[in-house]
Amino acid sequence: MSAAPPATTPLRRTALYETHVGLGARMVPFAGWEMPVQYEGVISEHRAVRSAVGIFDVSHMGQIEVSGPAALELLQHLCSNDVAEIEIGGAQYSVLCREDGGVLDDCFTYRLGPERYLTITNAANHETDLAWFVAHRGTLDVAIVNRAEDYSMLAVQGPLAREIVQAVANSPLPERMKVGTRIVNGVEALVCGTGYTGEDGVELLLAPTDAPTVWDALVRRGAHPAGLAARDTLRIEVCYHLYGNDLSTEHGPIEAGLGWCCKEDTGFIGADAVRAAREQPPPERLVPFKLSGRGVARPGDVVVGGGEVTSGTFSPSLELAIGMAYLPRERSEVGDEFEIDVRGKLRAAVVAARPLYKRD
Amino acid sequence: MADASYPQELLYHPEHDWARIDGDVATFGITWHAQDALGDVVFFDPPAVGVKLTQNAPYTEVESVKAVSDVIAPLSGEVIETNTLLADQPELINEDPYGEGWMVKIRLGDPAETSGLLERDAYVAALQE
Repeated sequence: MSAAPPATTPLRRTALYETHVGLGARMVPFAGWEMPVQYEGVISEHRAVRSAVGIFDVSHMGQIEVSGPAALELLQHLCSNDVAEIEIGGAQYSVLCREDGGVLDDCFTYRLGPERYLTITNAANHETDLAWFVAHRGTLDVAIVNRAEDYSMLAVQGPLAREIVQAVANSPLPERMKVGTRIVNGVEALVCGTGYTGEDGVELLLAPTDAPTVWDALVRRGAHPAGLAARDTLRIEVCYHLYGNDLSTEHGPIEAGLGWCCKEDTGFIGADAVRAAREQPPPERLVPFKLSGRGVARPGDVVVGGGEVTSGTFSPSLELAIGMAYLPRERSEVGDEFEIDVRGKLRAAVVAARPLYKRD
Repeated sequence: MADASYPQELLYHPEHDWARIDGDVATFGITWHAQDALGDVVFFDPPAVGVKLTQNAPYTEVESVKAVSDVIAPLSGEVIETNTLLADQPELINEDPYGEGWMVKIRLGDPAETSGLLERDAYVAALQE
């Protein structure tokens, strides 16, 4: 065991910091924030989300609002997906690419009105994303507003998630991949039918001052507080990417398996590079894997013969070690066997189908 | 998980391992703090009986959902028994770190080494620094 190195800058705290401490959470530094990594334990929190409902504080995530007559034009230029397809009250996943196709971030964009969009950024990338948006505004008639300070964000996830949120909401919740304003436990919230766990559920964007009471109300109705550790095991089981692990400027969306959210005909930044990668597949691609024996492969572990693990954990649902790795394309088919150097021991692994976990 | 506890009768290594001395035999495990920092333990593979452990050197690993950590030998000696229950029930390390979650028993190589370990209060004070 060794202690974490001292932080160089003060960590930021969400509006729910005192709530987490009161619940006995272990708080850890994450992307410049002091966040709850676990409360009771990662396995019980993970299982609560798979079998009932969990609640996560994801207020570290950022928000950028783009509005005005040219809002669509700017977002279409920045986002890999076809932003024109988002209807009012809709949501869409995208990556932001550089000209060379390297991925700057992955994000959800919600269309709040005819000319008004809200893009959810990763905490670690929020400031650079914001600068990227502003740098590409040019003479476009848009307003780009940093809304990160204006919102706390709660993810309520699991088969019972909608039921408990609906019980305190004033009208039916938005469906999956839809967004809308509702009164939740007496306060206004932007309710989004999205999540990062593979379960049904919603994400709530609300004023930070309202976050503690809404959190408490949902916990009283049965939501299990769940930390970043469970968020990670849940998302790896369903093969959702984590920026900084599975996505980076070193890899393009095609090799990351995100070609489905790239619409090159829109001419987004990096479209030419993505088109070229689609026509001439890159040498590696990201695939899910399972370990057949003991031990857990971790990010950075090297694959024998080429390749690297970018996400790795023990899967509480499958009760074996799983992960995602960039592998040489010719050895990346489902069923292909390979070995990972895990702290000097070679562990047998096999490429598995996506997602690694699927509800029965 | 159980509440934090640090039994008075144990000796502690600053790397969060404990030793229970009984004559020329010592039992080792990791402290409540160590298992709490690791979170849910999912794999523990003990060293083989007969292996010689060296004080302050790692003798095995303990793997949790989110991390893997070396386990440090608080004292030197030869392994005479390992906790075979942990192969199938590694969660005992979380649930009962000083009892059913014990890891190995050794025949002490040099009883004088105990002078390098911490008494309970000194260990707890060190945790609070």
